[in-house]
Amino acid sequence: MRADPVLTFTDRGIYCPAGDFYIDPWRPVDRALITHGHSDHSRWGHQHYMATEAAAPVMHHRLGDVAIQTTPYGAKTQIGAASVSFHPAGHIPGSAQIRIEVGGEVWVVSGDYKPEPDGLCESFELVRCHAFISECTFGLPAFKWAPQSVAAEEINGWWAANAAEGRFSLLGAYSLGKAQRLMSLLDPSIGPILTHGAVEATNEVLRAQGYPLPATTRVTGDLDVKAHTGGIVIAPPSAFGTPWAKKFGRAATGFASGWMRLRGVRRRRAADRGFVLSDHADWPGLNDTIRATGCEKVFVTHGYTEIFNQWLLSQGYDSAIVATEYTGEGADTDDVAEVD
Amino acid sequence: MQAFADLFNALDQTTSTNAKVAALTDYFETAADPDKLWCIALFSGRRPKRAVTTTRLREWAAERAGIPLWLFEETYPIVGDLSETIALILPDATRQTNRTLSDWMDEILRLTPADEDSRKEAVLDAWDCLNTTERFLFNKLLTGGFRVGVSQKLMTRALSRATDTEEAQMAHRLMGNWTPETTTFHDLIHAQDTEADQSRPYPFYLAYGLEDAPEALGAPSDWQAEWKWDGIRGQLILRGGTHFLWSRGEELITDRFPEFARSVDFLPDCTVLDGEVLAWHEDKPLPFSELQKRIGRKTVPKKLLKDAPVVLRAYDLLEHAGEDIRDKPLAERRARLETLLAEIPPEAAVIPSPVVPFNNWQTLTDIRETSRDAHAEGLMLKRLDSPYLAGRKKGDWWKWKVDPLTIDAVMIYAQSGHGRRANLFTDFTFAVWNNGELVPFTKAYSGLTDAEFRKITAWVRKNTLQRFGPVRQVTPEHVFEIGFEGIMDSPRHKSGVALRFPRMIRWRHDKPASEANTLDDLRALMP
Repeated sequence: MRADPVLTFTDRGIYCPAGDFYIDPWRPVDRALITHGHSDHSRWGHQHYMATEAAAPVMHHRLGDVAIQTTPYGAKTQIGAASVSFHPAGHIPGSAQIRIEVGGEVWVVSGDYKPEPDGLCESFELVRCHAFISECTFGLPAFKWAPQSVAAEEINGWWAANAAEGRFSLLGAYSLGKAQRLMSLLDPSIGPILTHGAVEATNEVLRAQGYPLPATTRVTGDLDVKAHTGGIVIAPPSAFGTPWAKKFGRAATGFASGWMRLRGVRRRRAADRGFVLSDHADWPGLNDTIRATGCEKVFVTHGYTEIFNQWLLSQGYDSAIVATEYTGEGADTDDVAEVD
Repeated sequence: MQAFADLFNALDQTTSTNAKVAALTDYFETAADPDKLWCIALFSGRRPKRAVTTTRLREWAAERAGIPLWLFEETYPIVGDLSETIALILPDATRQTNRTLSDWMDEILRLTPADEDSRKEAVLDAWDCLNTTERFLFNKLLTGGFRVGVSQKLMTRALSRATDTEEAQMAHRLMGNWTPETTTFHDLIHAQDTEADQSRPYPFYLAYGLEDAPEALGAPSDWQAEWKWDGIRGQLILRGGTHFLWSRGEELITDRFPEFARSVDFLPDCTVLDGEVLAWHEDKPLPFSELQKRIGRKTVPKKLLKDAPVVLRAYDLLEHAGEDIRDKPLAERRARLETLLAEIPPEAAVIPSPVVPFNNWQTLTDIRETSRDAHAEGLMLKRLDSPYLAGRKKGDWWKWKVDPLTIDAVMIYAQSGHGRRANLFTDFTFAVWNNGELVPFTKAYSGLTDAEFRKITAWVRKNTLQRFGPVRQVTPEHVFEIGFEGIMDSPRHKSGVALRFPRMIRWRHDKPASEANTLDDLRALMP
């Protein structure tokens, strides 16, 4: 092992001394490598950004005219003494794990990741490494996801039943990632798919990149609601219960999230239905991934860090907790619970 | 079991009363009689006793899931429910079964007397052939903790629809001392044998809290006022030469209160009284904490009988000389009650609860302010021409409690809740100032909205000073107005006081911690 670690953990973010850059920093820095476009990872105020070609359009959409150096997945870029490459994380369209190699030692920052392919975003790629920096949002044995097809069937069944009663289905989803994944699971033969403006703005960016999304109708002030009766409306959960949502009358409400695995959270959301669908790794997913990377060292960032770290130690890993500011309490997440 | 799990999911997935009643009605129209009977039993709180200790269940579940016990114990508070935690961590079922609810209930009842090895084998076997919801329900039934978000009222309504029976009549049939082992669906629902159960109580009539000023109720002369006692609601039944005492939770509590055995000597047979059970000394009630010592005990030691004797303060007569008089107006029932109890001696342990006379609403409003002096928690208002209805109904009976006592206190510890509130910090410890130090004096769990709980939860996460297991010490910063119904000396507490029904009235964003109340302010509220 080298004397100097490949990455260090500072109060600005994860830092690479050999290349003098940060990964997903939460304070303004000169050079930031970004795993994906969610606001707790991709923040405003850095001088130079680097991200995948697939992630850059959404980052421009959210951060404005910032300087982003883009790279295709898998291509190596030399930054100082570090060789850097981006690999699909399977979390949302454009999301990446970042591989950093210095003097033959490989560390991987996974950002947020999901091993199960979802048919929309670039599928997770396993990257072997010496040290793996992992999230553990759902790092408890109670979190196990059924295959995506199960959730798809439940959601379409719910939508069809509501449509048969002449009711709208209001499905809450974070506007980048979860919303588009849900749309790609919907069966358009059931009825029209309507979207909140925040969701549709992201759709436009992703469609222009070539991601296959179904046809949707943006909900505007002059929308003929009656003509779309029985439709499904994809909106950020914060839009629920607002005057905006009133135009859909006695709509059935639903949420899709990994937290819906817990009955207590399902009931607390006061939605009619909770669907278990997450863009994060579940318990087996975290464990299988960590094992398969072949890593010796694990750093756990956000989620059930203390419990998951203790578990990894008991499994023989050299594991530690890293304090980060990746949490679900960012400006544009509505649910305290879920880090999207 | 699948049909029952489907019913549970349907009830769990909706907040609409109509949808719940529809799902229940559907079940009662399609399920087999033994399953229906168990469904009624479970939804009316007739749960079988715990068949396996939760300690064993945790061990078996962790073992089957291939995780260490400590990891199970860490997961449990986050899931917030033991049965659910087990259901979620177990590997997927490898087999299927078509055993029904009643089959499983029989199995669970068989487990109670079995030895531990066969219990374990049966439980692991069950887990291996049930899906997640079924497992959750099975665990709930196994641990005696089955509760569901459906009131007995809705269940009764659905059953009366499915069987085409009048709702109040159905409510009465479901009362009493039956279990699925002592009756059948047919006997319970359809048999008209009135002698079937002489201990059977009438459904209690429950009042709503009065929110508006009493003037909105109309003419004072239409109303009767009584003190609202702080005891436990009880129905005393004298039939067949013996007596039965029922609590509002439909629990038969005769043996816990042997005082009422004497009532048989002083009151005629075929009498049913409604009233409040209170710990009583000379001519006034003792604090609720004295009564509490009696509630938990199935048998009562002599000393406790002497220290905390109970009486029934009777305020209604439901059955007189064998006749159900619930349809008669309150004024008539009251007159008969007073006649019946006119000559009754103190040793009968039954005392009429007095009517509080008043001429106008202002007088009564003033009287209500003196409730604490009368050892009452407020007033009851009952319409004089009202029948005795079943369940909680608006209009004829109102409880008009005094405003709670309040104190501004600083939150110093937080703990996450259970069930619906797991993952949220909802259980707080509060302190008041004493010589420059914060002294904890109460816990409180309720009173904030879900949005406020979410907000305080985010704050607690960022302001934790120290952790003691699940409890977090937080920066003493936030002030809450704590409301409570009473306060008494308590040598067991560091602050020297204990509160009755403490809850959060509101979050005092306007007050810094330094302006919270002191221990002296709190003690000044003592009677």
